[in-house]
Amino acid sequence: MLYAKPRYLDAGEAALSVEFGDSVDPAINARVLALDAALRAAALAGVEETVPSYRALLVLYEPLTLSRETLVSTIEALVAMSAAALAPKARWRIPCCYEPPLAEDIGEAAAALGLSPQRLADVHARGDYRAYMYGFAPGWCYLGGLAEALNIPRRATPRGPTPPGAVLIGGGLTLIAAGSMPTGWRVIGRTPERLFALDREPPLLIEPGDAIRFEPIDPAGFAALEARAARGEVVARREALS
Amino acid sequence: MSAALRVLSAGPGVTVQDAGRQSYMRFGVTPAGPMDFGAFAAALQAAGEPQGAAVEVSLGGLELAAEHGEIGIAVAGGAFDVRLDGSLLPPSCALTLAPGARLSLRAGPSGAWAYVAPCGRFDLPLVLGSLATHTRARLGGFFGRGLEAGDRLALLGARAGPSAPMAIDAPWLAPPPGKIRVLLGPQADFFAPETIAAFLAAPWRLSPRSDRMAYRLEGPPLAHLSGHDIVSDGLTFGAIQVPGDGAPLVLMADRQPTGGYPKIAHVIGADLGALAQKRAGEVVRFAEASWEEAVTARRWRAELIGRGASLTPLSRREFSSEFLLSQNLISGAVSAQAPAQAAGQNDCD
Repeated sequence: MLYAKPRYLDAGEAALSVEFGDSVDPAINARVLALDAALRAAALAGVEETVPSYRALLVLYEPLTLSRETLVSTIEALVAMSAAALAPKARWRIPCCYEPPLAEDIGEAAAALGLSPQRLADVHARGDYRAYMYGFAPGWCYLGGLAEALNIPRRATPRGPTPPGAVLIGGGLTLIAAGSMPTGWRVIGRTPERLFALDREPPLLIEPGDAIRFEPIDPAGFAALEARAARGEVVARREALS
Repeated sequence: MSAALRVLSAGPGVTVQDAGRQSYMRFGVTPAGPMDFGAFAAALQAAGEPQGAAVEVSLGGLELAAEHGEIGIAVAGGAFDVRLDGSLLPPSCALTLAPGARLSLRAGPSGAWAYVAPCGRFDLPLVLGSLATHTRARLGGFFGRGLEAGDRLALLGARAGPSAPMAIDAPWLAPPPGKIRVLLGPQADFFAPETIAAFLAAPWRLSPRSDRMAYRLEGPPLAHLSGHDIVSDGLTFGAIQVPGDGAPLVLMADRQPTGGYPKIAHVIGADLGALAQKRAGEVVRFAEASWEEAVTARRWRAELIGRGASLTPLSRREFSSEFLLSQNLISGAVSAQAPAQAAGQNDCD
């Protein structure tokens, strides 16, 4: 639920959490990202870092430089100006192979959802997603916009590690995982793109708020793109949106 | 060949750290940086490298030698056993390490972390703008990992330190008040008032399953009013999360950037270092602070650190094992499980 007014909550004396709602919801997340963009553009002295998440923007600041009152009044003004949802600046087309063994859990996930693996892949690849936030580990990008038909709970116990570039579903969201970690989400595909690669400039591709689509590829296409990605090439395609 | 520090031995969890990796939490990247910023700052100031980096030493200890020239070194942190060629030095000291000489740090009577700052800069690449090591992501510092025997830390602009060892005087290193002060919230409303009272009253014991990622506290389980899941949001150093089992954990330098458990409170900035220096088995008590108290404590501490550290000749001090003990009379024994605090054991999602 979107709150009538944002809540300003102290996370210690040097961080302010600006909460726009209490759920994972595209309208709430759009408000978070709009404030994040506005606050970064304002370049307020004393603001050290902002961390957008599903429903809140965490603002790390130095209270000895910037008073809480000034920070809150600045944010209130920015929220009033950025009330309209922020349109995505870019759309990424992420190649994704939905075939086992790369999609190691797709059979199990499809059975649990009462779908065929092919149907699951089709529904996932047709989705229009938005990067809500990063979290957990470098380059782990959480996307909103998953079809309700693919809403599957997370496993009770994490399993893994996931392969790099795993595309996962769990808890009504989809996720592109840059590195290998144990997780309770299901691996339904894999992208040859490297979301986080220190040997490439830029190391991170997707900005929070960007639009995302997946493009199905077969295992041979995966192998070819993976080799190109390993040489430092960006194999996902970025389209600028006005 | 440039001057370098050779690692003769290193326990687990000894890493290169600078002030931390800023601006990448939004991409899921952990800031890392020092566990005890005040001690880190004292070592850097005494080494004449206030914006530099240091080796963070865990209870596992560290032995170093200089190669290809004299290297000034400043050490600050918990009450470690610090020796130059076997001779005991104060836990916070500055010295010159000549080629062939050996500097050793071992767990002492108290404290969990110490910083070894060279007079010079580590010849290591910046990763996302920082030298901070985050071992879980294999990022930064010395090839993303903890130091090991045989590693060679090359230095740029290395220079000698004082001709005889000196003690570092940095008033902010003085033993802090007993209780760790916290600001309640932002999810204090997930707990009944009597649960919050229990959180503030209980003697918490620091679990051996504590590390750079989180300090786990053992004590009376804290019950949630309804559910222990929140929509994941950003985490700061000092956030106190209460997961489903009711055992609070304080998020530290290597925390995940986001988390989905209610945060009952946050440790105030001025007391983070004091908490970090607690060892497994030690008791931690919390006291509620107001926002104004937290900012006042922060300002006082920033002013002290801003005035800088100074060096005092050792001859002017009664320096002995009694001196060392006088630095901390609370815990005399070194825990056999001490190095657990250095190793990673808090992977969870």
